[in-house]
Amino acid sequence: MSNTKYILGSFADPDDMMHGIDKLQANNISIYDCFTPMPIHGIEAKLGVKPSRLPIAAFCFGALGTTLGFSLLYYTMVYDWPMNIGGKPSFAMPNFVPVTFEVTILLCALGMVATFFFRNHLFPGRAPRVMDLRATDDRFILAVDAKENADHALIDSLLKEAGAVEVKYNDRKYVSYE
Amino acid sequence: MGTHSHHHDYNFNERYEFAGKAKLYSIIAVVLGVAAVAIGLLSGDHVTVERTYANLLLMGYYFTCVCAAGAFFVALQYVTQSAWSAGLVRIPQAMASTLPIAALLLVVIVGLGLSTHNLYHHWHGEGLLDHNSPNYDPIIEGKSAYLNVPFFLSRQVIFLGVYSIFAVILAKLSYKEDLEGGLASYKKSFKLSAIFLVIFGFTTPIWAFDTIMSLEAHWFSTMFGWYNFAAMWVSGICCITIIVVVLKKAGYMNWVNENHLHDLGKLMFGFSIFWTYVWFAQFMLIWYSNIPEETVYFYKRWEPEYKPWFWLSIIINFVSPLLILVDRDAKRKQNVMLFVAILLLAGHWLDYYIMVMPGTVAEHRGFGIIEIGTALGFLGLFIFLVMSKLSKQALVPKNHPFLDESLHHQI
Repeated sequence: MSNTKYILGSFADPDDMMHGIDKLQANNISIYDCFTPMPIHGIEAKLGVKPSRLPIAAFCFGALGTTLGFSLLYYTMVYDWPMNIGGKPSFAMPNFVPVTFEVTILLCALGMVATFFFRNHLFPGRAPRVMDLRATDDRFILAVDAKENADHALIDSLLKEAGAVEVKYNDRKYVSYE
Repeated sequence: MGTHSHHHDYNFNERYEFAGKAKLYSIIAVVLGVAAVAIGLLSGDHVTVERTYANLLLMGYYFTCVCAAGAFFVALQYVTQSAWSAGLVRIPQAMASTLPIAALLLVVIVGLGLSTHNLYHHWHGEGLLDHNSPNYDPIIEGKSAYLNVPFFLSRQVIFLGVYSIFAVILAKLSYKEDLEGGLASYKKSFKLSAIFLVIFGFTTPIWAFDTIMSLEAHWFSTMFGWYNFAAMWVSGICCITIIVVVLKKAGYMNWVNENHLHDLGKLMFGFSIFWTYVWFAQFMLIWYSNIPEETVYFYKRWEPEYKPWFWLSIIINFVSPLLILVDRDAKRKQNVMLFVAILLLAGHWLDYYIMVMPGTVAEHRGFGIIEIGTALGFLGLFIFLVMSKLSKQALVPKNHPFLDESLHHQI
C-alpha cells in the first residue's frame, strides 16, 4: 500500500475539469474537493456542496449588535444619566434607531469576517495551506482522497482522459506557501 | 456553463399574445374606473369632486412613476452593462413605451385640477398674493417666483416630455437591434442611458416636489424627492416581477428562471429598505427638531383619521419585505415573489394616499367607490397598454450582446 493520501488532477481548462468531475462521478469515485483560480458557476451544485451557513452567523451577530446597541443607549440615556434634550422624554425611541441600526451592521459585518476567517483557518501571521500552489494561479485542481478510493490506476486514467495535464500523487495533504 | 449548453432550445421569436380574458378584464377595469370617476366628478358635491381629483392625481402620478421606473430600469441596465436582465428587459421596455401616455394623462389631470381649483389650491387660491385680500399669504408670495401656474406646468411638460422621449427612443433602439443586429444600437443606448440617468436623477426630486409636495405648499422637505424616488423604484420593480411571474405561469419566457427572479427579489428587498431609510430620515429629523413649520406634515398624518394608515404603510412597505424576502429561497419562489410584489404595490398606493389626501381632502378622506374605482381603472389601463406594447415585439431582445450571459445567469 502506497503512502499516497491525495491524488490531484491538474487541468489547464475549466471545461476539462468539469468533464473530469462527470467522469469520476460516473465511476462512483468521491471527489474530496476542487480548487480553481476563479469562481465557476454551477460547480457547487455539481459537487453537491451544501449552501454556506454564513447567513446564520450573520443573523446571530446582527441580533447581538441590536441587543448591545440598544442596551448601551438604554443604560446611558435612560437609566444611568438621563438628560433633558430638546424636551424629549429620556426614552425617545426614534433617537435610538440610528445607533442601534449602526451597531447591528457593525457587529454583523465584523462577525461575518471573523466567522469566515475562523472557518477557513485564516489568521493573521498564519501561512495559508493549499493542496496545490498553482490552483491560485492558472490550474484547475480536482482532489481525490486516495485512501477512500482504492483503484488509483482508474482515477489516473479517468483524469487523463478528461484532459488533465498532470496527475500528482501526494503523500501530504497540504503544501504551504512558507 | 462550459460544454453543457444543452438548454438552447428556446424560441427567441416567441411573442406574448394579448387576448382573451386578460384583455377583456383590463378593458372592464378601465370602464369601471371611468364610471367611478364620472360618478365622482358629476356628483355636484364639491368635496366629492375634490376627492375624485385627489384620487386621479394619486393614480396618475403612480401610473407615471411606474412607467418612468421602467425607463429608469432599462437605462440602468445599459449603463451598468448588466447581463442578467437581458432576457427580461422587454417588460420594462414595454412599461417605458407606455410612459408618454401616462405622462400625458398626468399633465391633463394636473392641468384640470389647477384650472378648476380642485388641486394645488394651497398655492393657487384666490387672493393669496393680494396684499389687500383676507387670503393674503406672505409665505406663498415668497414662493410665487417658483410656484406659479405657467412655470409649474412648463416644468411638468418638460420633465415628463424629456423622460418620455428618452424612454421611447431606448425601447425603439432595442426593437431595431432585433432586426439589424450588431452593436450599434447597444452603444447608442449606452450613451443615451447615461445622459438620461443624469437628467432623471436631478429632475425627479423636483418633479416630486411639484406634483405631490406642493399640495401643502408651506411645508418643505429635501428628503421628499428621494423618498418618492424610492417608492417609484420599488413599485416599478414590483410591476416587472408580477409581469415576469404571470408570463412564466402562462408558459412564456422559459429562459427566465429562479436566478433572475432572485435578482429582482434583491432589488425589491434592498429598495424597500432604502425607502424606509429615506422615510425614517425625513421623519426623524422633523420629529427631533420639532419646528412647527416642519412638523405640520406629520401632525396632519397623526390625526385620528390617518394615524392607523400611516403606521400600516410602514408595516406593509418595510416590515413585510424585511421578514418575507430576507430569506434567500423566498426570493427564488414565484408565488412568494408574486405575493410580496402585489402587497408592495398596494402598500405604495397607501403610501401615496398618505402623501396626497391630508393636503387635499383632509378630514373628508374616504375609501369607497371613488378610491377603488380610480385605482382599478388605472390598473386596467396599465395592464392594457403595457401588455399591448409587450405583444408587439418578441419577448426577448434576441440580438442583445449579453443575452447569452443572461441565459446562463446563476447566483
